[in-house]
Amino acid sequence: MSATPILEIKDLHVEVEGKEILKGVNLVVNAGEVHALMGRNGSGKSTLSYTLMGHPRYVVTKGSVKYRGEDLLALSTDERARKGMYLAFQYPVAIPGVSVSNFLRSTVKARRAVDIPVKEFRKELKEAMAKLGVKDEFLSRYVNDGFSGGEKKRLEILQMALLKPEMALLDETDSGLDIDALRTVAEGINALANKDNALLLITHYQRMLDYVSPGFVHVMQAGQIVKSGGSELAKELEAQGYDWVTKELASSGSSK
Amino acid sequence: MVAELTRDEMLHNVKADYKYGFHMGEEDYAFKSGKGLTREIVTQISKMKNEPEWMLKYRLKALEIFLKKPMPTWGNSQMLGDIDFENIHYFVRATEKQGRDWEDVPEGIKKTFDRLGIPEAERKFLAGVTAQYESEVVYHSIREDLEKQGVVFLDMDSGLREHEEIVRKHFGTVIPAADNKFSALNSAVWSGGSFVWVPEGVKVEIPLQAYFRINTENMGQFERTLIIAEPGSYVHYIEGCTAPTYSSDSLHSAVVELIAKPGAHIRYTTIQNWSNNVYNLVTKRAVAEAGAKVEWVDGNLGSKLTMKYPSIYLMGPKAHGEVLSIAFAGEGQHQDAGAKMVHFAPDTSSIIVSKSISKDGGRTSYRGLVKVYPGADNVKSSVKCDALLMDEESRSDTYPTMEIDEKDVTIEHEASVSKVGEDQLFYLMSRGLTQDEATTMIVNGFFEPFTKELPLEYAVELNRLIALNMEGSVG
Ligand SMILES: Nc1ncnc2c1ncn2[C@@H]1O[C@H](COP(=O)(O)OP(=O)(O)OP(=O)(O)O)[C@@H](O)[C@H]1O
Ligand SMILES: [Mg+2]
Repeated sequence: MSATPILEIKDLHVEVEGKEILKGVNLVVNAGEVHALMGRNGSGKSTLSYTLMGHPRYVVTKGSVKYRGEDLLALSTDERARKGMYLAFQYPVAIPGVSVSNFLRSTVKARRAVDIPVKEFRKELKEAMAKLGVKDEFLSRYVNDGFSGGEKKRLEILQMALLKPEMALLDETDSGLDIDALRTVAEGINALANKDNALLLITHYQRMLDYVSPGFVHVMQAGQIVKSGGSELAKELEAQGYDWVTKELASSGSSK
Repeated sequence: MVAELTRDEMLHNVKADYKYGFHMGEEDYAFKSGKGLTREIVTQISKMKNEPEWMLKYRLKALEIFLKKPMPTWGNSQMLGDIDFENIHYFVRATEKQGRDWEDVPEGIKKTFDRLGIPEAERKFLAGVTAQYESEVVYHSIREDLEKQGVVFLDMDSGLREHEEIVRKHFGTVIPAADNKFSALNSAVWSGGSFVWVPEGVKVEIPLQAYFRINTENMGQFERTLIIAEPGSYVHYIEGCTAPTYSSDSLHSAVVELIAKPGAHIRYTTIQNWSNNVYNLVTKRAVAEAGAKVEWVDGNLGSKLTMKYPSIYLMGPKAHGEVLSIAFAGEGQHQDAGAKMVHFAPDTSSIIVSKSISKDGGRTSYRGLVKVYPGADNVKSSVKCDALLMDEESRSDTYPTMEIDEKDVTIEHEASVSKVGEDQLFYLMSRGLTQDEATTMIVNGFFEPFTKELPLEYAVELNRLIALNMEGSVG
């Protein structure tokens, strides 16, 4: 493992519209690692992912985040993206009138800071699409406009394949996927993971983790990471539910 | 090679070094009238063009009407009040002779056209170019197959000379001089514009294109266009208008008359990008006879004030009219645009789609009229207006008027005003696009229903213009 972590979150407190949602998150992610973040609905997982990507509604009130040693919070959203942060959205947004192909080419150009010849890009795109089972007709459709839930998630992964992020946050990319799509998407994720990048998978389900096996599993509760472990932790959660964590915490007195 | 790219790929494969607006190297005019408007100037314009007597009389009558008519009290009367009619050159002639071949066109003007990319466009697939340089058409060519089809595509001055009878029969019949103050002004001092006549049953496959450009400070441009499509014919006419930025105000006041005879189809596309000091006060009207179809595709960028409401008079049964327009208003600009559909006959139908964007305190208005006369039953009409506001200071209003004097009609009307969504911006920026790039992308997407109706090179130009307008650095 390299000396500087890819992501280093310390005591992160975040407010949305005046309400504190994250209440001291600590997390270190190193190159080559896959982390899973689990937790009940409303525990703050998406809030963490939005905050890391710099959404203007999420205000950091305390704490720090370092990205490869650099102050992430000082960077604008687009700078973060160009430096290799990526968020696969839980709810991808529609951009009416903007074709998928134009969108992808523009974002790839921004990320790589070079203009790729149209045909070269198309070749690369077609290959990536074939691997992820994305149909050609998608290229002329408008971004996420009228897409089914699963189609949106595939487009998120297709973008990830093209942008080649160093730190990818995948917010429930597995929900809304049918069984075959789940496997394809998981294979896509595995193909992208390497020793130089890192993944943070936000998920509710073990089935995703069966394919993409994380070295680290964390449980978020009420805006904090309250428990961390290896992949066995996800299996325990699947079997016993979150009440088990809550009870355990209550008895050990390590949380509120 | 290029042919292998899809339209979408070509459209978005635009280099970043695009710049608009320029001055001519030398100010070399064959003739330039003094400022202001008098009988003498009007007479001089007509004499210089060797016009028939009836046209001179028509002009002088129109001048009287212009001088008597009050300014419109709607639109933006405050801005209108700032027009100084005494401070405008009503006629400027750039060169004495009209060039028919590219080689004949004077060097300075060629450079201007080169900047606009006209020769390439022509080489590729122009049917005919009539490029209006200042008040006079200096370059004009018609491809042979058009001539073989019997299509007439001339500048209006030549049209009058060579086809006097057709012109006399139709000129001013759709838009009389007395229609409004600015149609009167145009009728008095008009110069240039296009004259198109398509014989019965002839389909003109390639769009007829014209470029217009104002290049003299304080110069009014009053082009006059008349398009006549004989029964069962089809023609698509495109004009692109651009103007460099000057310090004092210019006036552009065109009149465009379209006549679609039974079963004919006319599409008229405009992309205009006047500089921010131009008053753009244009009267456009079409007559659609039985079973005819007329479409106005109208893009309004730039100018200080635009007042333009392309209208279609649906005169015969089963006539169909469409207006698809976009408007972009930035700082200090007001785009007061809209459409009018007048249903005189049964079984007629119309569609109005208007999309507007206001930014940096700019203002857009949709002003529309749908009128159905008694006896015009089974009319269908739909109106859709979408406005996008880029910030809190900007403004958008709609003034839709419906005058329906018949029961058996179907009228739909939808209007929406929205803001550029924070979540859309965040989504695009999370992919590495800067805020400007993200905004431009959203805006281009908003205009896409319009852009997709344009021939490729116009779509490219429009997207570039929008990008420039988003940066706020036009000029
Ligand atoms: N814009 C907002 N305004 C008000 N409250 C918000 C806002 N965004 C998030 N919250 C609140 O913050 C809490 C955490 O939300 P978050 O979306 O981070 O949960 P999550 O862990 O991702 O849940 P899920 O598993 O359902 O996706 C919730 O109570 C939510 O209602
Ligand atoms: Mg969530």
